[in-house]
Amino acid sequence: MTAVSDQRPALADAAEGDATVLTFAGALNLALADALEADPTVLMFGEDVGTLGGVFRVTDGLAKRFGPDRCFDTPLAESGIVGVAIGMAMNGMRPVVEMQFDAFAYPALQQILSHAAKFSNRTRGRVHLPLVIRIPYAGGVGGVEHHSDSSEAYYAHTPGLTVLTPATVQDAYRMLRDAIRWPDPVVFLEPKKLYFAKETVDLGALREDYARDTADRTGSPRYAAIGKAVVARPGTDATLIAYGASVPVALAAAEAAAVEGRSLQVLDVRSLVPFDDETVMAAVRRTGRAVVIAEAPGFASVASEIVARIQERCFHWLAAPVLRVTGFDIPYPAPKLEHYHLPDVDRVLDAVDELQWEEDE
Amino acid sequence: MDVPTRFSGPAVQSLLPSSEPVQLIDHDGNRAAPQVTKEAYPIPDVDLLLRGYRQLVTGRRVNQQASALVRQGRLAVYPSSFGQEACQVAAALCLAPGDWLFPTYRDTVAAIARGLDPVQALGALHGNWHCGYNPLEHRVSIAATPLATQLLHAVGVAHAAKMRGEDTVVLAMCGDGASSEGDFSEALNFAAVFQLPVVFLIQNNQYAISVPLSRQTAAPSLAHKGVGFGMPGEGVDGNDLAALLAVLGAAVRHARDGGGPTLVEAHTYRMEAHTNADDADRYRSREEVAQWLPKDPLRRMEAYLRTRGTLTDDDAELAAAAAEEVAAQLRNGWQQDDVDPLDLFRFVYSNPTPQLREQAAQLQEELARADKPDAVGSTPSAPQKLQPEGGSAR
Ligand SMILES: Cc1ncc(C[n+]2csc(CCOP(=O)(O)OP(=O)(O)O)c2C)c(N)n1
Ligand SMILES: [Mg+2]
Repeated sequence: MTAVSDQRPALADAAEGDATVLTFAGALNLALADALEADPTVLMFGEDVGTLGGVFRVTDGLAKRFGPDRCFDTPLAESGIVGVAIGMAMNGMRPVVEMQFDAFAYPALQQILSHAAKFSNRTRGRVHLPLVIRIPYAGGVGGVEHHSDSSEAYYAHTPGLTVLTPATVQDAYRMLRDAIRWPDPVVFLEPKKLYFAKETVDLGALREDYARDTADRTGSPRYAAIGKAVVARPGTDATLIAYGASVPVALAAAEAAAVEGRSLQVLDVRSLVPFDDETVMAAVRRTGRAVVIAEAPGFASVASEIVARIQERCFHWLAAPVLRVTGFDIPYPAPKLEHYHLPDVDRVLDAVDELQWEEDE
Repeated sequence: MDVPTRFSGPAVQSLLPSSEPVQLIDHDGNRAAPQVTKEAYPIPDVDLLLRGYRQLVTGRRVNQQASALVRQGRLAVYPSSFGQEACQVAAALCLAPGDWLFPTYRDTVAAIARGLDPVQALGALHGNWHCGYNPLEHRVSIAATPLATQLLHAVGVAHAAKMRGEDTVVLAMCGDGASSEGDFSEALNFAAVFQLPVVFLIQNNQYAISVPLSRQTAAPSLAHKGVGFGMPGEGVDGNDLAALLAVLGAAVRHARDGGGPTLVEAHTYRMEAHTNADDADRYRSREEVAQWLPKDPLRRMEAYLRTRGTLTDDDAELAAAAAEEVAAQLRNGWQQDDVDPLDLFRFVYSNPTPQLREQAAQLQEELARADKPDAVGSTPSAPQKLQPEGGSAR
């Protein structure tokens, strides 16, 4: 549902200066603008991303500022958009494309799974495809059917793809900049529910920090967040592992648990592929207990993979089985039912309660 | 209501193909009877025809040799272009070095005619890796198997080139069956909307494995599909090298001059089974195949050039010797398989992920164990367990 078309332009609040209120969508917009500015081979195209600025306004103003060759609308054809982006990337460009919604990326799966993901491997590294496929994903916004899928497992299961999903305004900026500079195809999953989340950000500092964190010191490019999970909240008793729109849920659960005297660490995975085993396992070993939280149906999911990896690597540090709080194994529900489906604070706290505390308490 | 002029009249007429496939040389190798075509297609000059003839001879030889190599187990499979060599050769010869060719699995001969090393061109079918050559070297993309998907890549390459103001034309090949795929329509649509320098060449060889053209389309011809996208379509006798060179040459010039894309349908016939693994007797009669024998592209070009005195016995012998050379190269190719198992992990990403590094190390360890004589016959053991260093469970 494109019921968001009355949203204000993403950068309406943003201006150069010290403290600026920046939305998640605004941070993505800023990242795109900075990338288009920094590199003439960067292009942005898709459905309604030109004059309109995207149904979520992520590309607001870009066509006007950079001209219709650098940011433009295409025919309505998702396979076409990704397939053409592949050809452009073969021929020296760094295209960024937008799929309008998660479930509308499915016509492009053939191009994503069979070509984007495999080109480097098929050509023994002769042809790299530096392209970014931006996909608004997941639910919690009252969308009608086909507008709320958590489709990350399809991409994360496909070798050759890099799969990122930011959860904060600052990461929205950093990770999209990273994705555009990355030499391989990136599926960039933007949690719809967070698009209009706000943070007060110093734009100058945001850009300077990014430049500093990624400055090339060794002759090979560096990235701020790809392959790096991050501790979103320190804690000592158990670790909540989340990504995307589940990160705020985990943070709220940790806040509530703190009131009851339980200290929960929150880990934001943010880079699903490459997966940061080191940080995740270190976090779990510190607390000995863990719950993995994600909106997607739990069966054969990214959450399952995380649990499996912890079990293989941290068995001897665990005081309780690692639990999952995920969506049910159902098609995404109708708007009035979605709150029954989505992981929420209570469900997370219930899972935490089940982590076999009796010996300690 | 007034009908806008672009709904009818000359604008639409110019997009429709000529009323019959363009033919310049008839089945017997004589100059074909004059046709009413939508534009004049002069016969290409003899130098080009001679070059084309030599490539036809090589292409035919490659088809025979590759099929033999399959029987010997040296190639896993070979989708032959026997009978379609004129399309293969014309697709390569109409392009300049800076242009791009996007072949399918059936278009190895086109890739070789464009200058690819024959052993490399057939590399994927030998089975060491998926491509066999560097696509950037001769600007020949990796042969596409998922039908019609490569057409979009061709469009993207053309779009990038046009943006940079480069003089690049992209020729993208597909089969009659592939023209039913969604990506075919999406590619033609993108190319037309953005007026990109792409020539789409359909080799209509009448079959998609077992399924005849009548099951793919109800259109008057595949070239008629161009008008729906706003691009000119043209049909051509796909066994007439001269006509192919003329029609494709005009389409390439049109694209190079900024005129946008063209759809060309070459009417030809797949003389052999889909691949060596297919049994064509299950879906078509040998009589049907026999009807195409007299239309053979190589015989026809040879007859034409000989009657004109352009081709001498010496020329023909030289062409045959060059083709033998290529066949010998193929027979001598792949003497040893220098496959490195660790290549499995090297190219999935520009830099292998930590997980792939771990898996590579695991395989390396298995291989090291297998190398030790006392390990012969033993099965690889389970991957190394991660043990806690010292500390016990909480
Ligand atoms: C998307 C897709 N579907 C099915 C196949 C299996 N397949 C391989 S070749 C082929 C027939 C293609 O026919 P056509 O496009 O006419 O090309 P030809 O083989 O005749 O050259 C089929 C069905 C495939 N490769 N890709
Ligand atoms: Mg066919």
